[in-house]
Amino acid sequence: MYIKKRRLGRGVAIVGAGVSKFGSFSDKTSRDLFIEAFSELKQSVDRGINPKDIEALYLGNHIGEYCEGQSLMAPIIAGYLGMIPKPATRVENACVSSGVALREGIIAIASGLYDIVLVGGVEKMTTLSTEGVTDALGSALDALYETPAGFTFPGIYAAMATTYMDKYGAKEEHFMKVAIKNHNNGALNPKAQFNITIKDIMNGRIAKAKQKGQPIPTWVDEMEFLKDPKANPAVAWPMKLFDCSPITDGASCLLLVAEEVAKSFTETPVYVIGTGQGSDYPLYEREDMTTILAAKFAAQEAYAMAGVKPEDIQIAEVHDCFTIAELVGIEDIGFFSPGGAIRAVEEGITARDGAKPINTSGGLKSKGHPVGATGTAQAAEIWLQMRGQAGARQVPDKDISLALTHNVGGSGPTCAVHIYERR
Amino acid sequence: MVSQKEFTDAAFNQLLGEGKLMASRCKRCGALHLPPKPICTNCQEGDMEWTILKGKGKLAAFTTIAVGLPRMIQEGYGRDNPYCSGIVEMEEGPRISARILNVDARNPQKLKVGMPLVVDFFERGEGEKKRTLLAFKPV
Repeated sequence: MYIKKRRLGRGVAIVGAGVSKFGSFSDKTSRDLFIEAFSELKQSVDRGINPKDIEALYLGNHIGEYCEGQSLMAPIIAGYLGMIPKPATRVENACVSSGVALREGIIAIASGLYDIVLVGGVEKMTTLSTEGVTDALGSALDALYETPAGFTFPGIYAAMATTYMDKYGAKEEHFMKVAIKNHNNGALNPKAQFNITIKDIMNGRIAKAKQKGQPIPTWVDEMEFLKDPKANPAVAWPMKLFDCSPITDGASCLLLVAEEVAKSFTETPVYVIGTGQGSDYPLYEREDMTTILAAKFAAQEAYAMAGVKPEDIQIAEVHDCFTIAELVGIEDIGFFSPGGAIRAVEEGITARDGAKPINTSGGLKSKGHPVGATGTAQAAEIWLQMRGQAGARQVPDKDISLALTHNVGGSGPTCAVHIYERR
Repeated sequence: MVSQKEFTDAAFNQLLGEGKLMASRCKRCGALHLPPKPICTNCQEGDMEWTILKGKGKLAAFTTIAVGLPRMIQEGYGRDNPYCSGIVEMEEGPRISARILNVDARNPQKLKVGMPLVVDFFERGEGEKKRTLLAFKPV
């Protein structure tokens, strides 16, 4: 694969970040969620930001039409932030909507057009039933040749999982280990939708059975719990309930500024030193169905721009919409060789206290996956980790100065990768 | 000339209705495209011809779906009655997504990547909405 070493016209930094609580909120609309995230962002800018100084908004939103009957979300949000008449643009690229909004914001600043840009994303999903969400997210598959075959979003990743199992000998247990790890991290993240370990979910079920005088389940550990089809039913085999990210309401945003003005906002900006984006065919057309070319391309472009290698990166937020996606993802960004993710998860290398911590936020699996908000929420986690503000989930014994986010859309036809530096 | 139709989704579906699984072949580089494409993605030429496939292939990837699309739920599928969707690699090389019929979707562990399959066609809807869908079944 030929990668051209591209460079930004000028440097770009993150000087503020905000994330709403992720979960299911019947009394909150997209507007409320975004304002919650934006309020946190304002507090996070060490030397303050006057919202009037923000010059443009790039907003990720995927299925607003399905969930709230609302397209054209960006100017509506801009109106609630007092940004009118500044330009506001919705970015719709499935689950990488705000990952691409981030990239568009970077490009806009690097071009010299703007100095201060707000990027973010929002998704309000719980207005729909599980079937309704399956239908809405299914619109990001190939509507002519994947959905007529019955494929759903979990189904496509499940198909990827069967080829990965066949080629590399992965077992269902390896997928389960990803879920256990990410819940262990998410239990330490107060913003997470599932702010609880799988072990505690299991213990809660046992306690409930005792309380109700029902037969007491005999699970000895979380692996046995996950292997019990009653506790963890298949959604699309081999992907089970606990392999799938949940249906989530949430919003996230970042304040991007030109490098030359960054220090007027904070003494510790997080610089974006690499950005890459790629595309790929639908799954059936890919030469190798155990890897996502869009992600490999995006990662290699980002590495080339940043002038760093995968081994230099200390932590990453990786798009684990399904557990198989984390295994494929950490290979696509070059952290592990093809098939090598199996050993990585077996040996705990990707755990929070491992050599290469992945998804300290809890990942999409535990933190939640409000699709349009996920990309900038990943970057917000890096912002906290790099500034030593991640609280109980702060990575131990590492001063984080180089990190990466990997944000995939659909079944992998689109991906954005970003590399961050704290100087 | 096997078919003079344009290389469109409509033509592909009409041909499925005639019981033919057809791909487009680039006259310049010979690359096969299934579903058909009007421009060759290999050499980016636009001089294509229809070619009929033998309908034999193997299972390249699959899943059994318990939480299905609304259309599938209407057909009676669900958590207790999953259905199988797969990606089939044709003997001629290209792959396509399809329903996999005549397999036990309740026991996915028994399905194997690589198992030989043969094309099948099945109809859905009535009157003007009638449409032939692509499926495969074990040999």
